[in-house]
Amino acid sequence: MVDNTSSNGVTRPGPLREFWYYFRENRGAVFGFWFFVGFVFCAAFAPWLSPYDPTEQFRDHILQPPAWQEGGSWTYPLGTDPLGRDMLSRLISGARYSFFVGIVVVTISASSGIIFGLLSGFAPRWLDSVIMRVMDIILAFPSLLLALVLVAILGPSLTNAMIAIAIVLQPHFVRLTRASVLAERQKDYVTSARVAGAGLRRLMFVTVLPNCLAPIIVQGALSFSTAILDAAALGFLGMGAQPPTPEWGTMLAESREFILRAWWVVTLPGLAILVTVLAINLMGDGLRDALDPKLKRS
Amino acid sequence: MNVPVVSARGLQRFYEVKEGFLSKPKILRALSGIDFDLQPGKTLAIVGESGCGKSTLARLVTMIEEPTSGTLIIEGKEVSTSDWAGLRKSVQIVFQDPYGSLNPRHKISDILMEPLVINRPDMPASVREIRAREMLTLVGLRPEHFDRYPHMFSGGQRQRISIARALMLDPKILVLDEPVSALDVSIQSQILNLLVELQDRLGLAYLFISHDLSVVRHFADDVIVMYLGRAVERATKERLFNQPRHPYSKALLSTTPRADPEAKRDRIKLEGELPSPLDNLPGCAFAPRCWLATDACRAQRPKLEGDDHQVACFHPL
Repeated sequence: MVDNTSSNGVTRPGPLREFWYYFRENRGAVFGFWFFVGFVFCAAFAPWLSPYDPTEQFRDHILQPPAWQEGGSWTYPLGTDPLGRDMLSRLISGARYSFFVGIVVVTISASSGIIFGLLSGFAPRWLDSVIMRVMDIILAFPSLLLALVLVAILGPSLTNAMIAIAIVLQPHFVRLTRASVLAERQKDYVTSARVAGAGLRRLMFVTVLPNCLAPIIVQGALSFSTAILDAAALGFLGMGAQPPTPEWGTMLAESREFILRAWWVVTLPGLAILVTVLAINLMGDGLRDALDPKLKRS
Repeated sequence: MNVPVVSARGLQRFYEVKEGFLSKPKILRALSGIDFDLQPGKTLAIVGESGCGKSTLARLVTMIEEPTSGTLIIEGKEVSTSDWAGLRKSVQIVFQDPYGSLNPRHKISDILMEPLVINRPDMPASVREIRAREMLTLVGLRPEHFDRYPHMFSGGQRQRISIARALMLDPKILVLDEPVSALDVSIQSQILNLLVELQDRLGLAYLFISHDLSVVRHFADDVIVMYLGRAVERATKERLFNQPRHPYSKALLSTTPRADPEAKRDRIKLEGELPSPLDNLPGCAFAPRCWLATDACRAQRPKLEGDDHQVACFHPL
């Protein structure tokens, strides 16, 4: 009477094992992942990893080149900046700010985006239209320009820059969530929950949302890098973190005038931004490949 | 005695279809007036081809959608939108597709306990779990299945889980919307036997929606044949299968395969297509395809008439 097909000795790997199996196939993604782990490690243990205080000025060692170049010394492995601050310490502390920006921006934009997306997926047509048109308007602006305007209104600081970037990134989450919600809502299990008497809130958060999460996670990973990039850009324009904060974009802006005399002051923060963003994007692509059932070879 | 658990009178459901920006919305008559009584412990089968309003009827009876007009009486109470919540416990549904009807992110335990969590918030969690486990055994699954996810089950097992979930609130009425048509033939009979067994044990009334006449013959007590949103014939199973009176029922019956290769096949082939439910034809909806149709059929719509064996036709067979 009992039909058993799933208990013939072969156990299915756990969801994490399975995820890692697919993720591992993408070499770039694995590289990105390990770089990201290192980045998080730097951000978490910055005060212990960095040899000096990032704001401490060594007036005798202004603009000292990195250790491997003539005139450099291992006291300051990556050299010093125009005020005699240790570059390595500043870069490590900068990781902390960038990570902070990424986490806060993704948290704010993803959570509000998911809520608006769910609302507009379940709402009557007029409310859906209102929400989506507002999101279209936000998307119609060049994102950095809109962030600049918002920071100009709120006043330049790292916190305000984060808020502005979160607002700029949020419509992507809204659209993504709404699209998945509309697709999931047609399915029988949602109707079945309604027949069981589930209220709107339960339908949204317990029934439908868990089934929409895969694309949102990927978007979250990719937004993380966009947030870091935008925060650096705002910092570079003087609208983000203010000196002497060792934020990578702000560091770039401060040292613009030394681009010909002391390459390391400009190149190193730029390189840090580049590699971090690249690594996170690679990881995000791998996440998408591993989480999207349509791209899976089973 | 013999108080029906569900009765419907003149149940209708129309949809508005917008065709263009400025044109007037058209009215799609998915269900244009149907009456039936479902007795406790009995099975009423609704048969008809795709698009005849079977599933719309299921959605009305399970209170997923509101009827455009007509009355629906469940357990003696006339249904209005305000007391949907209270009546949910009496009517539950099993869907056709066992792959879409279970939430892929929820464990079987959560799927089974969810109706209780929503409708009996006062019930302690331990009692809920005991009842869910009992239900699992009742539908023929094993206790170790309790903590698994739906993707670990076959279609037949999933349909058992759907049935278990539908029964968690002790409903009196189960709407079965083509519960076996997505399953293999060998699994179909298992599920049907399970349904028969549960009906005997729990005294359930089934509203069985199907297009598979062999299944209906095995399963139903009474049968309603639908065509384009209306009932064209209703009778007991024996009468309908032995002596169909509506030409459409006869054509439908002639298409069911039989397990006798020697039997003479006198299959009636219907010409043409189902008329669009957007056009409100004045006459009998079946007239354009019927080999007995006369001018009277096209001018006027026959009513469903008769005592035990009702038929809506001017020229019954």
